[in-house]
Amino acid sequence: MTLNDNELLPSERAVYTLRQLYLSYGYKRYKVSKFEEYDLYAQNKSFLTDKSILTFTDTDGRLMALKPDITLSIIKNIKDTQGTQKVFYNECVYRASDSGFRELMQTGLECIGDIELSLTAEVISLAYKSLERIGENFLIDISHMGFTMGLIDAITEDSNIKAQLMLAVQAKSYDEVKEICAQTKAGDRFSNALARACVLYGRPSDILKEARDISVNAQTNAALDDLEGIVNIMSENGLTKNLRLDFSILNDTNYYNGIIFKGFIDGIPQSVLSGGRYDSLLEKLGKNQGAIGFAVYLDSLDRLLMSKDTSATDGGDSIVG
Amino acid sequence: MSDNYVNIALPKGRLGESAYAIFENAGYDCPDIHKQNRKLIFENAQNLVRYFWVKPSDVAIYVEKGAADIGIVGKDILLEYRPDVYELCDLHIGICRMAVAAKQNFTDNPDMVLRVATKFPGIAKHYYAEKSREIEIIKLNGSIELAPLLGLSDVIVDIVETGKTLAENGLVAYETVAPISARLISNKVSYKFKNTAITQISKKISNICKENIDD
Repeated sequence: MTLNDNELLPSERAVYTLRQLYLSYGYKRYKVSKFEEYDLYAQNKSFLTDKSILTFTDTDGRLMALKPDITLSIIKNIKDTQGTQKVFYNECVYRASDSGFRELMQTGLECIGDIELSLTAEVISLAYKSLERIGENFLIDISHMGFTMGLIDAITEDSNIKAQLMLAVQAKSYDEVKEICAQTKAGDRFSNALARACVLYGRPSDILKEARDISVNAQTNAALDDLEGIVNIMSENGLTKNLRLDFSILNDTNYYNGIIFKGFIDGIPQSVLSGGRYDSLLEKLGKNQGAIGFAVYLDSLDRLLMSKDTSATDGGDSIVG
Repeated sequence: MSDNYVNIALPKGRLGESAYAIFENAGYDCPDIHKQNRKLIFENAQNLVRYFWVKPSDVAIYVEKGAADIGIVGKDILLEYRPDVYELCDLHIGICRMAVAAKQNFTDNPDMVLRVATKFPGIAKHYYAEKSREIEIIKLNGSIELAPLLGLSDVIVDIVETGKTLAENGLVAYETVAPISARLISNKVSYKFKNTAITQISKKISNICKENIDD
């Protein structure tokens, strides 16, 4: 049987394209079942972007969950071996929604082991290439938890104020960051640095320069060195045209450390790709390794690309090579 | 609607009209908007802006879901629904506060569950959770001031502008939950793909609004 490209939905096409891409980089397919013991999520609830979990009891009376996330299952089951393990997956995840529950298609990859700079750059490059193969107009935004959290840590130790600052930073609200900082003893230099950092957005070379000017200590300097190293590798490979820096991107500090990133496709109002360095999660699960990975959310693709196929005259290009 | 236009959601009513005046002042006018007709969408091909009027409490949804790239919304709506959007600047108009009000002779009895009538259950819940105070929320859609007068609730959490309505009904605002004013918000993805246009609008609006405070 031959596969007729026109019979595939955009999301199905994307699954095959991405599989080819990840296989060509030496990533191995990792297959997981749809079910997991609920306990895993109960213990790591804040790792999940969406806290809603669908549960049921199995025939032994154990509380089970329909997987809301794949990363946790992979990390839990992966063996503590020497060397770096590279895997990718394509699975459905399940979330509750206003109208009951939803099944979402997700593709992603994880790299577990010794995560060097070059490997981080490889993973971000793959995120970049993933979107390049799906949508013509896309962006990959990178941030570094060490930079933004370093600025926040320099302002206050109060966890309540930190939480408020994180929300204001994620909203890119310059005024609110300043207002919250006014309640603390932090000097103008620190509050201005954070307020400025959260509104910075643009090409890596420009933003790195500005970020150097507002960096406050060794931690924030080290984060910028990290970022610069990755941006350099990306630019050597010609992958900076659609790359941006955005320090307002933050993830849960209990799981993520270091580089984090998000991907966007013009016409889809939420991020379609999300990833980062999550050594802290492995530590929580008792593994002594580093990890970085990302997930691509394919469910919103169909609506965008199907409407383009019918409306645009130049649409409908095959994306399977 | 993914094209070169910046789609702007304005809240129907006085606040939206003042906000539009600021946009007009910043060079983003759209003469059609003043014509009295039943059209819902107005655009100006010269400066590439497209306006539409929506219910004030819906602005955040339009922006979060990307139907509008940017919008004008009260801080009360942002606090209540906590939409995932960027909050680009404070317009310093529509200034008021979210407050707790009760009858003049009211004293809070910590032994009892506090009954709170409000249009803003999210804000009320968050405010009292931080104080670890147990409450029962009575969600109303209007005439909130009536609730304590009829014994339906102990207090109300509502927007207070001048305090006149409260005073005329023998109520008094005794705690401020948060100061409120109109904000310019942006969809997070639009902000990235229409970055030049949106940051330019935000900068101009912010400058005009800062001048307004100095007056």
